[in-house]
Amino acid sequence: MSFMTNLVDTVIILFILTNFMLLGSSSLRRCIRVIALQGILLGILAILMENGTPTIHLILLSAAIICLKGIIFPFLLIRTLRDLNVQHEVEPFVGYGTSLVLSPLVLVVCIWLGSQLSLPMGVTSSLVAPVAFFTITCGLFLIVSRKKALTQVLGYLVLENGIYVFGASIATIQPVLVELGILLDAFVAVFVMGIAIYHINREFEHTDVDRLNRLKG
Amino acid sequence: MSLFLWGLVIIFVGGLASLISGRRAGLAFFFGAMGAVAGSIIAVIPAFKVLLHGITESFRLNWSIPFGSFFIQIDPLSAVFLIPILCLSAVAAVYGVGYLWAYRGKKNLGLAWFFYDLLLLGMALVVVAKNGILFLLAWEIMSLAPFFLIIFDDEKEKARDAGWTYLVATHIGMVFLLIFFIILTGQNGSMDFDRIGAIDGGTASFLFVLAVVGFGTKAGFMPLHVWLPEAHPAAPSHVSAVMSGVMIKIGIYGLIRAITFLGHPPLWWAWILIVIGASSGVVGVLFALAQHDLKRLLAYHSVENIGIIALGLGIGVLGISTGLPTLAVFGFAGCFFHIINHAIFKGLLFFGAGAVLHSSGTLEIDHLGGLIKRMPWTAVTFLVGAIAISGLPPLNGFASEFLIYLGVFKDGMSPGLVNIIPVLGVIGGLALIGGLAAACFTKAFGIVFLGQPRSKHSQQAHEVSIAMLLPMVILAILCVLLGVFSPLIIRVFGTAISNVTLLPQEVIQGQLSAGSSILSNVVIISVLLVVLICGLSLLRKWFLSGRNVAQTETWGCGYACPTARMQYTASSFAQPLVALFRFFLRTDSRNLPPKGIFPDRAFLQTDTADTSNKYLYRPLFKWIGFMLSKLQWIQHGRLQLYVLYIALTLLMLLIWKAL
Amino acid sequence: MHIEKIINPLLSLVLAPLLFGIINRTKALFAGRTGQPLLQSYYDLWKLFRKGAVYSKTTSWVFRLGPIVGLSVVIAATALVPSGGLPAIIAFDGDVILFAYLFGLMRFFTVLTALDTGSSFEGMGASREVMFSALTEPAFLVGLAAISKQTHSLSLTGMLAVADTALWSHIGPVQLLVAFSVFIVFLAENSRMPVDDPNTHLELTMIHEVMVLDNSGADLGFITYAAAIKMWLLSTVLVGILVPHNGNAWIDISTAVAAVFILAVLVGVVESSMARLKLLHVPQILLIANALSILALILVLR
Repeated sequence: MSFMTNLVDTVIILFILTNFMLLGSSSLRRCIRVIALQGILLGILAILMENGTPTIHLILLSAAIICLKGIIFPFLLIRTLRDLNVQHEVEPFVGYGTSLVLSPLVLVVCIWLGSQLSLPMGVTSSLVAPVAFFTITCGLFLIVSRKKALTQVLGYLVLENGIYVFGASIATIQPVLVELGILLDAFVAVFVMGIAIYHINREFEHTDVDRLNRLKG
Repeated sequence: MSLFLWGLVIIFVGGLASLISGRRAGLAFFFGAMGAVAGSIIAVIPAFKVLLHGITESFRLNWSIPFGSFFIQIDPLSAVFLIPILCLSAVAAVYGVGYLWAYRGKKNLGLAWFFYDLLLLGMALVVVAKNGILFLLAWEIMSLAPFFLIIFDDEKEKARDAGWTYLVATHIGMVFLLIFFIILTGQNGSMDFDRIGAIDGGTASFLFVLAVVGFGTKAGFMPLHVWLPEAHPAAPSHVSAVMSGVMIKIGIYGLIRAITFLGHPPLWWAWILIVIGASSGVVGVLFALAQHDLKRLLAYHSVENIGIIALGLGIGVLGISTGLPTLAVFGFAGCFFHIINHAIFKGLLFFGAGAVLHSSGTLEIDHLGGLIKRMPWTAVTFLVGAIAISGLPPLNGFASEFLIYLGVFKDGMSPGLVNIIPVLGVIGGLALIGGLAAACFTKAFGIVFLGQPRSKHSQQAHEVSIAMLLPMVILAILCVLLGVFSPLIIRVFGTAISNVTLLPQEVIQGQLSAGSSILSNVVIISVLLVVLICGLSLLRKWFLSGRNVAQTETWGCGYACPTARMQYTASSFAQPLVALFRFFLRTDSRNLPPKGIFPDRAFLQTDTADTSNKYLYRPLFKWIGFMLSKLQWIQHGRLQLYVLYIALTLLMLLIWKAL
Repeated sequence: MHIEKIINPLLSLVLAPLLFGIINRTKALFAGRTGQPLLQSYYDLWKLFRKGAVYSKTTSWVFRLGPIVGLSVVIAATALVPSGGLPAIIAFDGDVILFAYLFGLMRFFTVLTALDTGSSFEGMGASREVMFSALTEPAFLVGLAAISKQTHSLSLTGMLAVADTALWSHIGPVQLLVAFSVFIVFLAENSRMPVDDPNTHLELTMIHEVMVLDNSGADLGFITYAAAIKMWLLSTVLVGILVPHNGNAWIDISTAVAAVFILAVLVGVVESSMARLKLLHVPQILLIANALSILALILVLR
């Protein structure tokens, strides 16, 4: 058990904690800051998972991840928050307390799932696959159980982060996939946030997604 | 063995004699109560002998009933259950004399005592029956007798409804038991328990599920518990004590006996028991917290304690299944010890509730208060019961829960994520249950006995008669003694544990002595606690001697005219927890808030219906009723067609036989 | 050899009231005041024990028994807690459960004392107190179960302050998680911010303070002293989870005591920088403690 594995473990545990905080917090500002933290952790993870000295390619990749996910997106999101004039999530379908208590149990299921797969990687801890599943589940949970459109965008970003946890471990083996992923993120930033929210807000003066069902006949 | 049979005969004869006495109350009391007490004392002696020495005694008579034989046997497992059954029923009979004395002349007490003795007889027979038919017969007697006692107050509609709910629930469970025994016998053609051979895996699992549902209905597992909170409050208090204290444990006895028939248990059986235990425990105590009728609160607490017993049982089965003796021994030791402990303190608490009802006329917690000054002895014993049931040291409740915790701490945390089920279920579950139970009983004791009387019911309360006080005092003393002597008592369970787990005695005794020495440390701390309490009382007396000690009104923040109704109520006390767990407790509340500067009328009424009843069973039964009403066209009232039905059936049977 | 076992209880009995002084001094520093003397709690106890008492007419023997039971429980609990590498006086498998349930006994009697006065203020405080404690018990026990598994010991004496620095880097993350969870439990059990404000004087906003509103004289002295010792014991447990073991007994004991004082300063900092949480949010923070403990257990068991 080397120092490297311990460090990877610590970063992954911090990642799990950020997921808990997302599920339990009603303040949208805090959620955005937590997602920024997730982005930074992801970048660090990409470098740590490499066995041997990191190449320039890898360093640039992780710098790109940290910039995009950790700085640019949160900044844009906070700007949108100010424009939409929302501060807090309304009462969600599944309460904060319940989601907070359910999350460790979901983590248990994800660990079991992760142990069933075997993944080709470099320096790794056995927690990588489970945490990836767990983050994806948290992202989906946010999309399904919360009511505001902005929270659903946040849920989508968390979903992406989860997929990234897998990607970070194969960054040197298949860098193209990771770069395509970053491109997808940029696309999300432009399309979803800039256009969709702006337009929904303009049309309906609110972004409560469950009131969108008025659209059907 | 002959002592035991004589004991049963005395009970039965006493019951018959009281039935014949009918409305002559004095005779009915004498025969009924004396029969129960004398018979129990005589019959319990062989049970103690068997448990201490580990020898089994049997008795066999042949019967003409097909598959049936009067085969009874007291083995250590039966003895563990027989002792609380007989002891608690004897004490409850004494209490019953005091409690029912107020009803003489108004009701046929001979009937009441007859059915009480019949209940006792049924229970004692069930745990010693070793033949399937005899078991089911005794089970039916045990189930029917309380029905007549539940509807004792049959002028009240609630009591009648409770009786029906009880009857339906117990017979649905009976159906599962019938199927269980039929399949079990089908394997080898005899219903004698000692002739049951090996059973293959698939059938064993199916039988296990049948047993859990069938015996679980009697025991009160969630969600099969719905009859408990209706039936227990409706019966007279001595019967409620017996029902809650020992009758539901017979369900657990049946489950353990069934497990011993079914061979080596796979892991998932243990997990199911642990999940059932944790959920019954937590949801049971949550419902108890939301009740405002004292007996209903106690009934839901029985569901919670059955959950704790099921947790111990689950850990024990886990130990058998994984081959870890620590888990098996500590799990079963905790299970058996908690069975006896719960019988004692639940009996004590129901006696207390009966005393409160008897002397104040109401069980509505929010109409009581200040009873500690009017019923001092009842209050002391109720406090001992409340501390014991919350599982607090130094009393017996803590000792049995501690054993279950210890089992998991010592050996339950092997690596492997599946072990999170027992660890979280036991440690997290028991901790949560303990915290919630303490909340519930501070509410029950605090609002009923402390403070000032909230209505004239409680103002007029008085202390109860010696016949009702003596059993309470005896049980309270037992709680303390069982707590203090717990290191010695758990060694006694060795024979019963080897009965169930089939582990060799040296292994079991080794584990039990480890447990014993741990518990002796607990006793040392308890003694230290008592010494400190005495010391500090003397210290305070010394501090206050020669100084001014005065009495005044409670601080009311300067309010000029406080009334007793302004005290905190039970619903308010429980409100934060009830609101937190509203997912489980769908509480209805109706309120009229105060309006204006000088408000006139205002009220708040909360009502927590049983969720399983309201959302599962009632809709299910309504749907069944609806489906069956479609078949109503068969009952059209025309005689000729009815005769045609009979003729057609006969014809079909003859044709089938001929083929 | 037996003298060393007495050191811990003696230290807790003597030094506990100092913790209140340290916390108050830290808060005063933050507020720009000089603040009370560090030994103020001792002066307060001395004053209280020399006073007479006033009892409410509504109360019964339960009210007079409550404070005594509280202090007895806490003194008995000092026999169970090790500190600075020295074993506790009484140590056995599973003593952590007895430790937690002893505090349950103390809480039971405190709540009954509150209900005995028949005052709605005290009833309100009592009902909130039982809700908080129902949620802190599982967090505490599950977290300590995780630590028990990691340190391969079933007794508090084996679980706390045993890890040397090499082992610590191995088991570090889990210890930190449990320490954070136990810190939240510590704040809740000792009625500190952000769960409860010990300085508020409004009856409707107090939780722990209001339960002892009608106690006076020696009773109040017992209650205050018991609260101090309880805080000391829980600090010792928390410090034991975090601080690694050295080997030299003197260094370990001084480190432990110093760490407890530093924890008191930390509590003062937290109290000065956070406002009390809305009452409906307190269960959420307790559920976070539970989730952290369960996470620690998951990490230990996989």
